[in-house]
Amino acid sequence: MPDTHFYRYDDYDRTLVRERIAQFRDQVRRRLAGELTEEQFKPLRLTNGLYLQLHAYMLRIAIPYGTLSSRQLRKLADIARRYDRGYGHFTTRQNLQLNWIRLEDAPDALAALAEVDMHAMQTSGNCIRNVTADHFAGAAADEIEDPRIWCEIVRQWSTLHPEFSFLPRKFKIAITGSPNDRAAVRVHDIGLRLWRNPEGRVGFEVIVGGGLGRTPMIGKTLREFLPREELLAYLEATLRVYNRYGRRDNLYKARIKILVHEIGAEKMRAEVEAEYAAVRDGALRLPAATIEAIAAQFAPPALPHRPAIAAEVERLRLEDRAFALWLRSNTAPHRLAGYRIVTASLKPAGAPPGDASAAQMDGVADIADAFSQGEVRVSHEQNLVFPHVAVDDLPEVHRALGRLGFAEANVGKIGDIIACPGLDYCALANARSIPVAQRISGHFAELARQHDIGDLKIKISGCINACGHHHVGHIGILGVDKNGVELYQISLGGDVDFGRTAIGTILGPAIEADRVVGAVDSLVATYLERRTDGERFVDTYRRVGAQPFKERVYAAV
Amino acid sequence: MPLFSESGAPSAFTTIPFADWQSRTDWPAVSLANTDPVEDLASHVGRLRLIELHFPKFSDGRAYSQARLLRGRLGYRGELRATGNVLRDQLPFLLRCGFDSFESDQPGFDEALASARSLFSVVYQATEDGRVPASRLRLGADATV
Ligand code: HEM
Ligand code: SF4
Repeated sequence: MPDTHFYRYDDYDRTLVRERIAQFRDQVRRRLAGELTEEQFKPLRLTNGLYLQLHAYMLRIAIPYGTLSSRQLRKLADIARRYDRGYGHFTTRQNLQLNWIRLEDAPDALAALAEVDMHAMQTSGNCIRNVTADHFAGAAADEIEDPRIWCEIVRQWSTLHPEFSFLPRKFKIAITGSPNDRAAVRVHDIGLRLWRNPEGRVGFEVIVGGGLGRTPMIGKTLREFLPREELLAYLEATLRVYNRYGRRDNLYKARIKILVHEIGAEKMRAEVEAEYAAVRDGALRLPAATIEAIAAQFAPPALPHRPAIAAEVERLRLEDRAFALWLRSNTAPHRLAGYRIVTASLKPAGAPPGDASAAQMDGVADIADAFSQGEVRVSHEQNLVFPHVAVDDLPEVHRALGRLGFAEANVGKIGDIIACPGLDYCALANARSIPVAQRISGHFAELARQHDIGDLKIKISGCINACGHHHVGHIGILGVDKNGVELYQISLGGDVDFGRTAIGTILGPAIEADRVVGAVDSLVATYLERRTDGERFVDTYRRVGAQPFKERVYAAV
Repeated sequence: MPLFSESGAPSAFTTIPFADWQSRTDWPAVSLANTDPVEDLASHVGRLRLIELHFPKFSDGRAYSQARLLRGRLGYRGELRATGNVLRDQLPFLLRCGFDSFESDQPGFDEALASARSLFSVVYQATEDGRVPASRLRLGADATV
């Protein structure tokens, strides 16, 4: 892939992935031959991305920092067709899940992935998981530095890390290079935010111990400013402290957030700093040449000069309401005049959030080739992104996306719902998530109304594990099980924006599935009555408190 | 349980638990629980001939950190043995952290040990086995760790 503007594997990377597949092929052979019990095989398959779900094996493919070339996306479509049922599910962790993989086929599917320099390593298991990033990285107008350079450095360091492959629990790292956090760094085990200090140096704020799940927590800043070349030293120090002292007696208390909570941020900082002091001058300090070589691969594409204002766009903006709405919600400022970042909404009204068929993936790849330097991003909000689209080309891209069903002008709106797989696919679920999302987005299908309601993030999880991020939804919906009945608990006021990160508060008793749409409708109506000019749903909630929302929702019950 | 060693015969010393060893630190062989502080061995590593680190479950990875500290930070050069639930599929990780002998009752362990070092010809991290990580190799053939 000579013309990609992000990291290209070299022979070392390719060899490692190939050898890992050979190892896994042998492990699968031993499992099928009965030499390994399911209990022994489970951790081996999990760290190769293979889950056993309700109906079949599920393969979770890593999309490191959410970046894909069109060629890689076509290969994903191809794998979905050959080894699955012709579609895949993009997740909040910048992964692609295929739900119907046969164990016998898994090594071949991985080999097919490797053809395009991709893998499924460490997408599960108690190890350092796929590293996520701002999906607008390298393109956003508000960016300080491309976080993917650092994600790639972390990807390599964490891949098959011999010390950290059997941690107390899974471990998630997210990196953002923008002051507007699109990577939710405060709710990760480690969140890293690049910023420029008063002396003009760029480094990381290191946030540790955030996470969702049963005990949602917002991470603590362990270090205001970490020099970039010491990133791996600091990560290794943190992981070592966690590996040695993290709790293992209870699955629910094994995350680093519990360690930070129990010993306190001060003690945690002291422990990490002591370990960091011991490793910072060793082999973990990144040589400038290494950083430069990786940064060079993420050098922005040489985008041709294009007009900042295009006549056709201006005309459509006035004459075509659908286009105007789409322009407003589904495109974002690019660092270069004449370009926009375009989000393809994988949330057509009434559809399962994040699903894409193989044909749709191919279609997205075609659009990327024609209009976005052959590049696509996967967002943690379960959408796809074209990072570099000329303003001039927007009408064409809008039409092409419309043909795929991905032009819904609802990004950031009430229809842009995040939902975990829930009871339809997940063995741990208490309740359905996808059908609830489908009903809500169907109810609010009218785009003009969505735009009137404005920014509103609904996030749905099928159980307390919080894969759908319900804790940080402006409206969070959590599936709970009461004596075999699927009920839904609503929370309000969650947020992931930087400086405003908050865990939502439960509104009241859980309600039945068929009341969820009505409840959301009541919440929206309450907001519309009370909002002041320009106030978002979550801001109104913060100002007026839960009471009016609560009264309205439960009056009907 | 059968013993396996990369470098010929495993040590015949009998280990004593860390708590006992603390009152007789001249004894050359000690076994640590994965919660015992390896740092306390710092001034004795030159004399110790065998240290056992324990895996109560293969999924409990604390002993990997202990091993790296012993080898990398404290400079221990004697035999480092993994005991407990030690499985052949862990071998690449164990070797990289500096273990060189193993207690395991898993069938096929010795063949697995013979081939474990050649399973991966590329590594991404500098650890205790002296292998040069890809990031250094990329900087040039003469790069050292
Ligand atoms: C389908 C099979 C899945 C299973 C079995 C599963 C399992 C889990 C479990 C057990 C947790 C709780 C971990 C803890 O708090 O210690 C969790 C959290 C999470 N999962 Fe999943 N998950 C699945 C799918 C997904 C999907 C599809 C996504 C993305 C849409 C996802 C994203 C997440 C996120 C973001 C969290 C919260 C992370 C945190 O606590 O910091 N998972 N998952
Ligand atoms: S939140 Fe629960 S139901 Fe949803 S995917 Fe995660 S584990 Fe499954």
